[in-house]
Amino acid sequence: MKKGLRKGILISLVFSLAVAVTACGSGDKEAGSDSKKIELLNVSYDPTRELYENYNKAFAAYWKNKTGQEVTIKQSHGGSGKQSRAVIDGLNADVVTLALGYDIDAIQKEGQINEGWQSKFEHNSSPYTSTIVLLVRKGNPKGIKDWNDLIKDGVEVITPNPETSGGARWNYLAAWDYALHQNNGDQDKAKEFVKKLFEHVPVLDTGARGATTTFVERGIGDVLIAWENEALLSLKELGPDKFEIVYPSESILAEPPVAVVDKNVDKKGTREAAEAYLQYLYSEEGQTIAAENFYRPTLESVKEKYKDEFQDIKLYTIDDEFGGWAKAQKEHFSEGGIFDQIYTPGQ
Amino acid sequence: MKTATASNRGVLPGFGLTLGYTILYLSLVVLIPLSALLFNSTGLTWEKFWGVATDPRVIASYRVSFLTAAAAALVDTVLGLLLAWVLVRYTFPGKSIFDALVDLPFALPTAVAGVSLTAIYANNGWIGSLLEPLGIKVAFTPLGIIIALMFIGIPFVVRTVQPVLQELEADVEEAAATLGSSRLRTFGSVILPQLAPPLLTGFALAFARGIGEYGSVVFISGNMPMKTEIAPLLIMSKLERFDYAGATAVAIILLLISFLLLLATNLLQRWMRKSAR
Repeated sequence: MKKGLRKGILISLVFSLAVAVTACGSGDKEAGSDSKKIELLNVSYDPTRELYENYNKAFAAYWKNKTGQEVTIKQSHGGSGKQSRAVIDGLNADVVTLALGYDIDAIQKEGQINEGWQSKFEHNSSPYTSTIVLLVRKGNPKGIKDWNDLIKDGVEVITPNPETSGGARWNYLAAWDYALHQNNGDQDKAKEFVKKLFEHVPVLDTGARGATTTFVERGIGDVLIAWENEALLSLKELGPDKFEIVYPSESILAEPPVAVVDKNVDKKGTREAAEAYLQYLYSEEGQTIAAENFYRPTLESVKEKYKDEFQDIKLYTIDDEFGGWAKAQKEHFSEGGIFDQIYTPGQ
Repeated sequence: MKTATASNRGVLPGFGLTLGYTILYLSLVVLIPLSALLFNSTGLTWEKFWGVATDPRVIASYRVSFLTAAAAALVDTVLGLLLAWVLVRYTFPGKSIFDALVDLPFALPTAVAGVSLTAIYANNGWIGSLLEPLGIKVAFTPLGIIIALMFIGIPFVVRTVQPVLQELEADVEEAAATLGSSRLRTFGSVILPQLAPPLLTGFALAFARGIGEYGSVVFISGNMPMKTEIAPLLIMSKLERFDYAGATAVAIILLLISFLLLLATNLLQRWMRKSAR
């Protein structure tokens, strides 16, 4: 018994030593080529998949050209809030490119991103923007022209639940802001408007893609409230003979922000490349890729080139209208917030 | 002393070792994650807990979750018995394929099940379009949730009933028949008492699975607060706004009720076994 045990220990010792040696060997090799090759992880939200697939190739070529270093970029996509939690819980992201500032604020609160991240890059750290539009069925049979048409009798509206979908919070806030402007800033009237609006919602999907499926595949609803980039992508993929986009009289400027995850890049020694990766989004090439993937560019020259693709409407920002994400989140989407009240009976 | 207890428990040695493993694995796989749930609840005060527990939206979601899971498990128990019966008692071409099909809901990602069920039962789907003229709506109603949960739960019933049914000797039934018992009576007083414990286990498993199911349900339920919003979805939406404490509160209550219900079925089962002897 004892002898057997000792033998077992010996075998496992030899075995682990062998593993250690081979591990060291391969480690040395990697260390040798470290300066030539790095890897970045971009943790993003759902609809940016195609955008970053194209952008990553462009950036890798640019970076190789500039520094001689080979960079491979891995992407991770999912719901914005979910992705934010993954980074908080230890997903080793170098950069995050999410749907709303609130989700990056949450990472910053945990200390993984330094304070003041939103002023690190231009335009509130949002290299590309979008807005909220209305997607209707071809010919616009219900005659939808603006936000107030959504609460007309017999109109069914599809939008995801803003509690579970970061993207849908923009939808909700765009509707709220419209109602506020229509009623001279009367909060109660605005609340009544969104309450009525959500009475016209027959299905509350958990995410934007789910809502699109409900509207497009299941044939439910007359209007889909959607991000402009998603609406344009749907038109391109499903054919303009089935749907059309209605631009409301005003909407919200959706700013999906980007940030370097300071703690991770300092640990991995990838800060330089990570910062360049986000900075290059503002370049002519980066902006063109964003525009080709239906995000509104912020660089004037590219804006000018694509001005026919993106209709000019009155756009308001979250900061001006709601005093920033933290405040908007607290007032509207927290427990007992306005959205909660809409669905709680007796309120 | 130790060997004495071990030999009391059975003919095979190694009681101490196996019990050690049992405790270790139960801890690693079940107990530690569950206790992490409690540790994660920083900021969960009694006041907050009570606030969540009495929130009408939370209560409504529990009602939806438990009622649909119970309904689905009940239907599964009847259908599962039927399926197991056919698979055990009859031979027909393609039987082994049918047998394998039963396990598919285990393997299929639940989201896939949810999406395909919704596609079929939506008003423009194959079955949904047939039901709509009759005024029956399945997708985006509680009925849709029940159907998704039935799909998820059916293998549990079949796989628990099947082995017991295989053990049942056909000659007992024949004996009952020669003694002049009607078919119904043979089923009622000879077969059913022996099948009751596995049926109850199957029901409990399908029920428990249904309470926690998230992936398939969110697609077909429509997720309307107070109407078709399930408790696990409420947990997700609380997590989505970084409300860990609230999510934990909902989860703890959900776990507690589930545990009590499962304990009750286990006790009932034990009592049935005893009285059957």
